[in-house]
Amino acid sequence: MANNAIDVCEVTKWFGEVHALDGLSLNVSKGEMFGLIGHNGAGKSTLFKLMLGLIPASRGEIRVQGARIDGRDFRQVRRRIGYLPENFVTYDNLSGLEVLRLFADLKQVPQAACEPLLSRVGLAAAASRRVRGYSKGMRQRLGFAQALLGNPDLIFLDEPTNGLDPEGIHDFYRILADVQSQGATIIITSHILAEIQERVDRLVILESGRIAAQGSLAQLRTDTVLPSVIRVTTKPGRELTLHGAFFNLPGVTFEMMRDGVSVSCATEQKVAVLNILSGLSDAVQDIVIREPSLEDLFLGYGGVHVQAH
Amino acid sequence: MSKRIEWAQVRIIAVKEFRERIRNLWVLVVALIFAIFSLAIAYFGSAQQGSVGFHGIDVTITSLVSLVIYLVPLIALILGYDAIVGEKERGSLELLLSMPITRFEILLGKYLGLAAALSASTMLGFGGSLLPLIPQLGINDLYHYAGFVFSAILMGMAFLSLSLFVSVLAQDRMRASGVAIGLWFFFVLVFDLLLMGALVASQGKLGSTLFAGILMLNPADIFRLLNIFNSEQVKNMYGLATVVPEGLTNPGVLIGILLGWITVPFVFAHWRFK
Repeated sequence: MANNAIDVCEVTKWFGEVHALDGLSLNVSKGEMFGLIGHNGAGKSTLFKLMLGLIPASRGEIRVQGARIDGRDFRQVRRRIGYLPENFVTYDNLSGLEVLRLFADLKQVPQAACEPLLSRVGLAAAASRRVRGYSKGMRQRLGFAQALLGNPDLIFLDEPTNGLDPEGIHDFYRILADVQSQGATIIITSHILAEIQERVDRLVILESGRIAAQGSLAQLRTDTVLPSVIRVTTKPGRELTLHGAFFNLPGVTFEMMRDGVSVSCATEQKVAVLNILSGLSDAVQDIVIREPSLEDLFLGYGGVHVQAH
Repeated sequence: MSKRIEWAQVRIIAVKEFRERIRNLWVLVVALIFAIFSLAIAYFGSAQQGSVGFHGIDVTITSLVSLVIYLVPLIALILGYDAIVGEKERGSLELLLSMPITRFEILLGKYLGLAAALSASTMLGFGGSLLPLIPQLGINDLYHYAGFVFSAILMGMAFLSLSLFVSVLAQDRMRASGVAIGLWFFFVLVFDLLLMGALVASQGKLGSTLFAGILMLNPADIFRLLNIFNSEQVKNMYGLATVVPEGLTNPGVLIGILLGWITVPFVFAHWRFK
């Protein structure tokens, strides 16, 4: 337990009649990048607010770094936490640097840390400009800088790449990798599943306030029945050769395409299928293997509202 | 929850609020409004008596009291209604709440910062407008005028406290501003009218103690009493001394009640800021 950055134990939260979370338990290990996904209304934001101590749980307990976040030591705990809310909004009348200094003061981080941090997120040139004139991407960068104040042990990021351009997204994950390599624990939500699937160590899929699935992406792939898809392009006129090879093979489905076939099989059958294909090299022009993505997994769990990116 | 107050956190929020009001020229603009109105009133206030010009500090203050009762509560309510609900609506409150700071510290910091802005405007505006008259004033006059400005600030802080309470309760900024304006109408326009009506309807049977007690339910009336009873000349003019019980003409008591008007809405605001 002491090794966990976060322990959520049997937590229930209801707002009036609505059960936002229902007896949810999970833990996040120290140094881990942990993904939290689910469609709108699945309980992600509620869970975030509970973990940050912004709202109390109706039932159950949450421990952050082994301590209660709303307990007597809440200041010490919160000084070690960074948080980037979804749609970071701040005081438009202040400059970027002033905003950062304000939060640095509140967290007792030396003001000298602010300017290097702004450079790190690429805002050095705009440091003394008022936030009013910032673009959405610049605001998000400022929010990220704010979340990194004081090199926190634990960083909560809610839809952090919202509004960032591709370069911004790249910078963001580069900095995040740096931060994680220094030992920080990161909890991240995103709608853009393709973006986080290669980066998170573990993830949880929330569905109506409960955990629909959790584990590493590899575990989730094994746990689910989603097939690997092997797309085979055939040499002209050889489509039927492949048809014959896979016809009647148990556990394998295939579909004829214009210039070849698409073979779907369970992950553990993949090698057997590839073996067959290598024996047919005179008929095969090209092979592309597509593993089930986080998005496929997520859609498999009923999260139909997710946007494809 | 008994979390020890960290005054450093209160100060950070207060300084931020004050600085924002300085920077967006709020303090300066409000001070100018106060100065222009008070200069006009000090000069033309006695026009009804057939002459214009300065006629002594007591008369000037009495004219200014009515002005202050209209303006200061309005400015204070406008200043405070947005404090919490505005940040809630824009979305910046959530991040603030995730900082190592308690809700009490946020609320108190906001209150103190805004109160400082209001006090600065009031002192600059009413103090500045006195400058042209300085050569004609004695030390007693200045002392008297300082008391008037001080009581105006106290009344403003009472209305600021009320508006902070509104800001905590309101679901959105629109409603908060509506309620704030409503409070102004009630305390500045309707309250005295109702009290007059009750007095007349009861054909004077409304005891003077009860009457004075009801006056204490309105910070604007407390302010009026504070300044009217400071001047013998005005007191005799109005014949008020006979209406209000001795105890409630004591400035110390009146100031104490005003302080209560500052504290109680704030305590309620904190209670509801969960």
